[in-house]
Amino acid sequence: MQRTAKRLALASLPLAMIFATPALAQELTIGLTSEPTAVDPHFHNLGPNNALRSHIFEGLTQADENQQNVASLASDWEAVDDTTWRFNLREGVTFSDGTPFDAQDVIYTICRVPTVQDSPSSFTGFVAGIDSIEVEDPHTMVFRTASPLPLLPTNFASVGIISAEAFGGENATYAPDGCENMGTPPQAADFNDPEKAIGTGPYKLESYVRGDSIVLSRNENYWDGTPTWEQVTMRPIANEGARVAALLAGDVDVIETPPIQDFDRLRRDGYQIAQGLSNRVIYLHLDNNAEEGHVPPGVEGTNGENPFTDVRVREAISKAIDRQAIASRLMGTLAVPAGDLLPYPMFGTREDTPVDPYDPDRSRELLAEAGYPNGFSLVLSAPNDRYMNDEKIAQAVAQMLARIGINTTVDAMTASTFFSRRNNYEYGMWLAGWGAATGEISSPLIALVATRNADTGMGATNRQNYSNPEIDALVEEAMRTVDEDAREALLQEAATMAMADYATIPLHFEVTPWAFREGLNLTPRADQYTLAMEIEPAS
Amino acid sequence: MLVYLIRRIGQSLLVIAVMAVLVFLAVYAVGDPVAILANPEATQQELDAIAARLGLDRPLWEQFAIFVWNALQGDLGTSFVYSESALTVILERLPATMELAFVALVLSILIGVPLGVIAGLKPDGLAGRTIMSTSILGFSLPNFWIGLMLILLFAVELQWLPASGRGDTVDVLGVPLSMFTLDGLSHLLLPAFTLALYKSSLVIRIAQAGTREVMLQDYVRFARAKGLSPRRIVMVHVLKNMMIPVVTVLGLELGSMIAFAVVTETVFSYPGMGKLLIDSINRLDRPIVVAYLMLTVFIFVIINLVVDMLYAAIDPRVRLSEAKG
Repeated sequence: MQRTAKRLALASLPLAMIFATPALAQELTIGLTSEPTAVDPHFHNLGPNNALRSHIFEGLTQADENQQNVASLASDWEAVDDTTWRFNLREGVTFSDGTPFDAQDVIYTICRVPTVQDSPSSFTGFVAGIDSIEVEDPHTMVFRTASPLPLLPTNFASVGIISAEAFGGENATYAPDGCENMGTPPQAADFNDPEKAIGTGPYKLESYVRGDSIVLSRNENYWDGTPTWEQVTMRPIANEGARVAALLAGDVDVIETPPIQDFDRLRRDGYQIAQGLSNRVIYLHLDNNAEEGHVPPGVEGTNGENPFTDVRVREAISKAIDRQAIASRLMGTLAVPAGDLLPYPMFGTREDTPVDPYDPDRSRELLAEAGYPNGFSLVLSAPNDRYMNDEKIAQAVAQMLARIGINTTVDAMTASTFFSRRNNYEYGMWLAGWGAATGEISSPLIALVATRNADTGMGATNRQNYSNPEIDALVEEAMRTVDEDAREALLQEAATMAMADYATIPLHFEVTPWAFREGLNLTPRADQYTLAMEIEPAS
Repeated sequence: MLVYLIRRIGQSLLVIAVMAVLVFLAVYAVGDPVAILANPEATQQELDAIAARLGLDRPLWEQFAIFVWNALQGDLGTSFVYSESALTVILERLPATMELAFVALVLSILIGVPLGVIAGLKPDGLAGRTIMSTSILGFSLPNFWIGLMLILLFAVELQWLPASGRGDTVDVLGVPLSMFTLDGLSHLLLPAFTLALYKSSLVIRIAQAGTREVMLQDYVRFARAKGLSPRRIVMVHVLKNMMIPVVTVLGLELGSMIAFAVVTETVFSYPGMGKLLIDSINRLDRPIVVAYLMLTVFIFVIINLVVDMLYAAIDPRVRLSEAKG
């Protein structure tokens, strides 16, 4: 068989020579888990889209692999006072069509974001709250905000800068309630055309065929050195078995999230696996609704009371879980037991946060103190296709809870159903995950712990209705504080309180794996993005 | 004939209407697209804005009325995910699927007819028995398993063919086709073969039965008596006559290959309509799912209508009984 393969290879050699480009070694093909839904940098605020975006369109700032906010198109910035930011733009940067980059492009981009029609998930929040923009000179900009916006530089990392010249926006002027002289702002479909997808990034769009592939080529005039790859092809391969097969067959060089059970086989065949701690915590939420007579769905045997409003019950549940066992036995090496909502050293985390110890005896005592010496029964709901091993983790948690007398059944379902039902408050206890897009602990604190408030946007994912005014006050204070050190201290205090009150029960942080062929190096990113910029040939 | 025609068209319209209700209700009963579309960090206000923009905040009957009104004007909705016309997104994938179905069809004929004829000529011989029992495997092995095994063998172990995707395409009359590039053809081979395996088993069975039947006909006996070579008898007289049922069945099967190559396309990450359907179900992109199913219903209704019309035209008995009843 080996011989036939060789003969076939020889026979197809002349053809290969015709079709192959000369720099074969400089091409990279990546197998993606899910496909970006558009090339437009401001259309759909979702992981795959944002990852693709950063190849083509750069922001003023960017998140490095540990999600620290670092310089990109802005060389540096400072808070002049609580509501004023000065950004110095990098000089000598050109768009891929040769036009120079300056402050007008930034203004045009900020103006364009709210004009995107039918955006499934908008970027408007990242540019909201700016009162006025002053251009001191083409490379110095001053932003004044209505109220203190400490996250403005972080938000700017999510907004890819587009060219004002490309869409006739040379004279656009900023106003908070609608810009003027916008020309014809582009719509999402426009960017699927490589002629219009013009950014300053290390790669240019070559072609975009929905469902099949996205091809990028090197931007030869990139300001920060020549990008590594001549051509980068991204192919969506949703099925994990097919993804591994594509890697083994040599169709792709790198794949996202290979399944744990294939690690040994991949390593045996000479493939490499890189792993990086992600910004995603897997947690348990408990229905904390304290209304008189409210019993969480699925909870039985509590005499019509809600056990979860009692912090002792929450603590009992947390201490009943052997996080180490879940991490080592269920997750292989792909989880780190969590005692916080974001792993150290990301912004607002504490260096020595303890993981709640596994102590079933203490759990039983706590349950008895709370008035449930014989436990009760509950239903643990979980998605079965959203997080790594999500259903298995739920099963393990259920068994551990059974040991302290809480009779738990697992109800696992597909993600689309799971989240809709969660948003309808149909669960008593559930397992989910949270990735902090900003790389700050303020993200999970605001989403999961802060009191629900539709007007301010606090507690958007706090469907457990947990409410602690002290934590709210700290978080709100932090979101008004521009001084980094003071803000970090406030967030640390809020997180400490949230953990002490079991406001959310963290289980573990996910570790993201990538598999790739020999001869490559990949730097894992905490935001789980797969970027060609982080992949280099091994020297 | 005219009465029959009007009645059949009326029935077809009724089928489409009933299917529209069923499809719409079934698809809209599942999940909440906003929860999938929105960024996890979205606030309640943003979620409400998305729901309002997609029209999901209206009552179900109103959403259905809007859908029907637009559908009557040929607009099957706008994709939630791509915010483009659902029909456009689906038709964009049509060439890939048509191509796959076409190559699979050719393969199933090339495999099925010769084997069927051989088995039909010597039904009790070793070759005939082997072919017929192997064809049972073709029927009974699940599609996805065959696909995975083919990938394992030809893509992973031997590395002759790629494991997934569509490969290079060239525009033929503005339609991107991969059939005419070497790279595209190599991508097409495994999924087409997977899809063809079941059909070729079907063809083998029909061809075998047809051959056995034709071999007993008087004209074959006369041809033999006349001294024609066995080769000529088989190639001209037998083949021509046994192909009629094969063509009929394959014509019908082509429709199902186009509409339901879902499993094969998923296993091979082949960017056709079937994969779009699966992706859209996972993303709760309801307009695409509804448009796809309605399109399928429409195609099948049209095929059936045309077939019935042809029967009526060919067979006077149908006309007469309809005229009476």
